Amino acid sequence: MIRLVNVCKSFGSQQVLSGLNLDIPDRAVYVVVGVSGAGKSCLLKHLIGLMRPDSGQVWIDDIEITSLGRRALNRVRNRFGMLFQGGALFDSMSVYDNVAFPLREKTRKSEAEIRDKVHERLFQVGLAGVDAKFPSELSGGMRKRAALARSLVSDPEILLFDEPTTGLDPIRVNAIHRLILDLHQMLDFTAVIVSHEIPAVFSLATHIAMLHGGVIVESGSPSALQASDNPIVRQFMSGQLEGPIDVY
Amino acid sequence: MLRFVRSCGRLTLGTLREMGRMGIFLGTTLVDIFRPPLQGGQLVRRIYFIGSRSLLLIVFTGAFTGMVVALQGYIALRRFGGEEALGPMVGLSLIRELGPVLSALMITARAGSALTAELGIMRITEQIDALEVMALNPIKYLVVPIFLAACITFPLLNSVFVTVGIYGGYIVGVELLGGSSGAYFTQMSSAADSSDIWMGVYKSLSFGVIVAWVSCFKGFYAAHGAEGVSHATTQSVVMCAVLILVWDYFIGSVLV
Repeated sequence: MIRLVNVCKSFGSQQVLSGLNLDIPDRAVYVVVGVSGAGKSCLLKHLIGLMRPDSGQVWIDDIEITSLGRRALNRVRNRFGMLFQGGALFDSMSVYDNVAFPLREKTRKSEAEIRDKVHERLFQVGLAGVDAKFPSELSGGMRKRAALARSLVSDPEILLFDEPTTGLDPIRVNAIHRLILDLHQMLDFTAVIVSHEIPAVFSLATHIAMLHGGVIVESGSPSALQASDNPIVRQFMSGQLEGPIDVY
Repeated sequence: MLRFVRSCGRLTLGTLREMGRMGIFLGTTLVDIFRPPLQGGQLVRRIYFIGSRSLLLIVFTGAFTGMVVALQGYIALRRFGGEEALGPMVGLSLIRELGPVLSALMITARAGSALTAELGIMRITEQIDALEVMALNPIKYLVVPIFLAACITFPLLNSVFVTVGIYGGYIVGVELLGGSSGAYFTQMSSAADSSDIWMGVYKSLSFGVIVAWVSCFKGFYAAHGAEGVSHATTQSVVMCAVLILVWDYFIGSVLV
């Protein structure tokens, strides 16, 4: 269980999270939606200690991570994987080396074991045979899948996705969503996905929450959110310019 | 008036904050140097990048620096009938001063700027965050090898610069201008002692630390996209050049 309690974060005079509370159950596919700049990526970075809140608590099971030192935090991070918005693949390494990197650096596996694991993950994300290519030689969708293979290679319990489909066409958006669902069923991790792909995320999520004004304004099942009469949620779902969300 | 005082205060606070962050960054890096394991592959890669790939530039600039010093020195010394002092003049000025400073400035321009840009791009494309998510220490993984490589390569490149410069000076002072071949090397070896050589080594070593420190810091904390990386790279080169010259005076005063 991941729990955020009254988390506040500001950058200078700009308050991004203002007393945010959120519970994410184990093995859920939890999608957080919200307008661009609402603080979704910021929220995700708090879950893994890349950002520390100005106040509030972040619990991963029974560990409160905001006050942990580097070593203890790294022990918690070993349970996580993260797919960054742009993939964050190391551009000086081939796809194979990128996926093998966490295993080489953090485990004592033999090169043969690493090879088997890397090929298994690359096969699962549909990238068998691209081992020798460099990130710059891949399309946007392939880069995301290679990054997904890297984040899965350490068998994480919790996988964070920072806008995994941004910049992709609708077919590839659906393909990535299907891939996440298949992998979730296969590997049984908790997925926390930040996205604004409406309505595509409804078929993906087991739980969904909307972040606006630094707080979760609505959360529940996808069908509950679709039926919400909260004017903020309604405007976001419909994409209308008029409403409580200040577009400009 | 109030606006002026406010902007002065903001500038002072900003500078102090930046100095504090740089100090913490240096301290963290120095501590991480002694934390195993050593990233051997990264270290070799960085030695190749900073050292081997700067070699041609160092040979070229070292040769011409020695030639210019010999040319101007010969003209000046001839006025006093002291042409035989050309060897010591070229040797000492290269060993004590010009070698460490100019080689450091050249490496800053070639490698320091590239290191800042590389780390800056890694920062803005979240590759550094990815290392942290993998529970790896990015300073240990990225910065420590650069520090160690700079400490190894700067003194070596300095010695290449000085050696080539001395032979460049020999070509101009002896072969072209007709100075005494014997006097050039004999006078030089009797005038320069080991303390001069150690001064050059200490200087180039400390310049290596400065260049690695500033280049890595500016790249590591680059922000705001491509423009931010460009800004960080410019700042890094300017700050390295200024710090090299300022530190050269202070270390020269202490080691004189």
